[in-house]
Amino acid sequence: MASFLHGVKVPHRKNTENMTAVKMPVGKIVSIPTVMHIGAPANVVVKAGDLVKVGTLIAEANGYVSSNIYSSVSGKVLKIEDKLLSNGRVAPSVVIESDGEMTVDEGIKPYEITSKEDLIKALRLSGIVGLGGAGFPTFVKFDTDKAVDELIINGAECEPYITSDSLTMVEKTDYIEYAIQVITKFIDIKRVIIGIEKNKPKAIGKMRQLADRNPIVSIKLLPSIYPQGAEKVLVYHTIGKVIGQGKLPLDVGAIVSNCTTMASIGEFLKTGMPLVEKCVTVDGDAVAKPQNVIVPIGTSVSDVFEFCSGFKKEPKKVLYGGPMMGISVPDMDVPVIKNTNAILAFSEKMAFLPKTTACIRCGRCLNTCPFGINPAGIEKAFKRDDLDAAEKFGVALCMECGCCSFVCPANRPLVQTNKMAKATLLSQKKGK
Amino acid sequence: MSNKLNLSVSPHIHSKNSTSTIMRDVIIALLPAAVAGVVIFGLRALGVIAVCVAVAVISEYIFNYITKKEQTIGDLSAVVTGLLLALNLPANTPLWQAAIGSIFAIIVVKCLFGGIGCNIVNPAITARVFMLIAFTNLSSAAFPTLVDTVAGATPLAILKDGGLVSIESLVFGTIGGAIGETCKIALVLGGIYLLVRRVITWHIPIIYITTTFIFTFILQDFDILQSLSFTLSGGLILGAFFMATDYVTSPATKWGKVIFAVGAGLLTVVIRTWGSYPEGVSFAILLMNILNPYICSWTPRKLFGGKGK
Ligand code: SF4
Ligand code: SF4
Repeated sequence: MASFLHGVKVPHRKNTENMTAVKMPVGKIVSIPTVMHIGAPANVVVKAGDLVKVGTLIAEANGYVSSNIYSSVSGKVLKIEDKLLSNGRVAPSVVIESDGEMTVDEGIKPYEITSKEDLIKALRLSGIVGLGGAGFPTFVKFDTDKAVDELIINGAECEPYITSDSLTMVEKTDYIEYAIQVITKFIDIKRVIIGIEKNKPKAIGKMRQLADRNPIVSIKLLPSIYPQGAEKVLVYHTIGKVIGQGKLPLDVGAIVSNCTTMASIGEFLKTGMPLVEKCVTVDGDAVAKPQNVIVPIGTSVSDVFEFCSGFKKEPKKVLYGGPMMGISVPDMDVPVIKNTNAILAFSEKMAFLPKTTACIRCGRCLNTCPFGINPAGIEKAFKRDDLDAAEKFGVALCMECGCCSFVCPANRPLVQTNKMAKATLLSQKKGK
Repeated sequence: MSNKLNLSVSPHIHSKNSTSTIMRDVIIALLPAAVAGVVIFGLRALGVIAVCVAVAVISEYIFNYITKKEQTIGDLSAVVTGLLLALNLPANTPLWQAAIGSIFAIIVVKCLFGGIGCNIVNPAITARVFMLIAFTNLSSAAFPTLVDTVAGATPLAILKDGGLVSIESLVFGTIGGAIGETCKIALVLGGIYLLVRRVITWHIPIIYITTTFIFTFILQDFDILQSLSFTLSGGLILGAFFMATDYVTSPATKWGKVIFAVGAGLLTVVIRTWGSYPEGVSFAILLMNILNPYICSWTPRKLFGGKGK
């Protein structure tokens, strides 16, 4: 490997790293969207008035790239309503009134896996999606006939504030271990590498023990420089392979899976309980009691904040996810979904960024981009409608990690411009 | 809760850097040289500095006001331009000429091209060259009021005539020259500050100075002392740390910086050796400024996993 890719030293602000996760009591109402994954919305299989339990199937995967959805509470289905999701899609959500009992569905039992087909089927049933990022259905990654050299487990967790992954590594080591054992038993994988940022001693300790017990597993320590957790960066830094533009890890013989995803797989295989709750980091300068909370999926963000003793300052911005790549939400009715790893609330002081000024051609954006993209060049090219130039500067490679905007002294909205340029390029290519 | 939440695109946090913090750092880094200049050349030097800075800021203010543009003097870049110009002028520059130089730098070189970030050449250097051509009576150096070591000739002129200049006076700056260029200790101190604060990288200053030294060394028949004297004379150290590193007019990538610095070094020696002016730094940087867009297009950063790999 030549050298580490560039990145930025973001402030860590991992205020919650030494706290154990607290399970919150279920609220009165949960609203579970039918799209919490990449792919088609699941088909709702319940109707208003139906009684459901924890782990009851409420929506069924619609096609190959889609995912099952289960109830996170026991109670009564109130209605199915169309809702605007944070990713801009409108999809039906199943609204359930909880009876507060949290009775578990009778169908929940451990899985007996005897073959690769069994495993893929189980993963498919589990409703587990990539929990580190986009929410790609997990079974699809493993459902391959290609040779897999490495399974890389992403424990980088490089975003500021977020500690839910590290906590999962510490508290759910057994499940991660079980998942590794079952997967490597039935899928031909040569080695398993767990990539962790150096600033997480506890998680590293637990994973080291795990590696000692399982010779197939090794640990790779990563510098704590954002964005170590980005898939292509992680793959390069753990096994030194370059994933080209538009390519997947599997093209270089690797599967990347987030550590929390692995824990969910382990838990599902061992207990049969699908993905119905999520460990979420609740933090931000407006939150009264920052902590990691285990939240039933579908619980509204406002309920979660309330559980954390509400706000100590008036919240002016609420994020799904970390401050580098997270999405700001319009209100607090939005639910916690499968791949929510953090919800952050910021006060006035942190809700607004400094004013944008003229580019001073300092080159910081260009020299910081892990992929060598030239955001300043793209911005100028996009302004004069020169998409060819934008493409030459590498816009199509942009993973929207935010490093460029973060370092820009002129505070230019570089990521936003890249997004727009990518979208324009894409629609142009489709038009052709 | 009914309060409105702010929606914006990621990222939602930002580094503490801004244009004004960077410019502030450059000003801090230039202060030792400015102070040394006033100590060496007397209060007259302070007058030139004050006029250049004040006129630069006022010119930018008025230009923005008349053209109804957003006010930009708060970013401190006009202060930097004024200060740099002053440090490149001899202490005996008539104040009205200093003022005209400053106006030229800000209005013609910077504002008319679209303001900060849009100029093609460095405003301070271009104004310095403009003054050299426009005010033919303007000398290129004044002489220390403190000690009169070698009155009457700048070190470069002495060296060119085959004379000797003590390294000590070159280092401390008790020699003839422009206000901010003579005291090398102060300049290096400022340069180190810029490096530590990561305002600049080492590539341009170190490679520029090294190239100049090596090329001089060859031309001076491998006489180390003489080549060292040449390297420490004139505006090389000031130019290499503070003007060749101007973001707007120098390349951003590593290899771009290398080409830029080597080019500037070679040009400096060529002009010093064969040109009609004793000093070559300003012209060399100005020429490299003009080549900068080409250098940038030759030296993009390599895309990670880009197409065709
Ligand atoms: S250009 Fe894209 S990939 Fe590069 S730093 Fe900016 S957001 Fe990240
Ligand atoms: S970081 Fe900002 S100011 Fe610097 S070159 Fe990039 S866009 Fe311009």
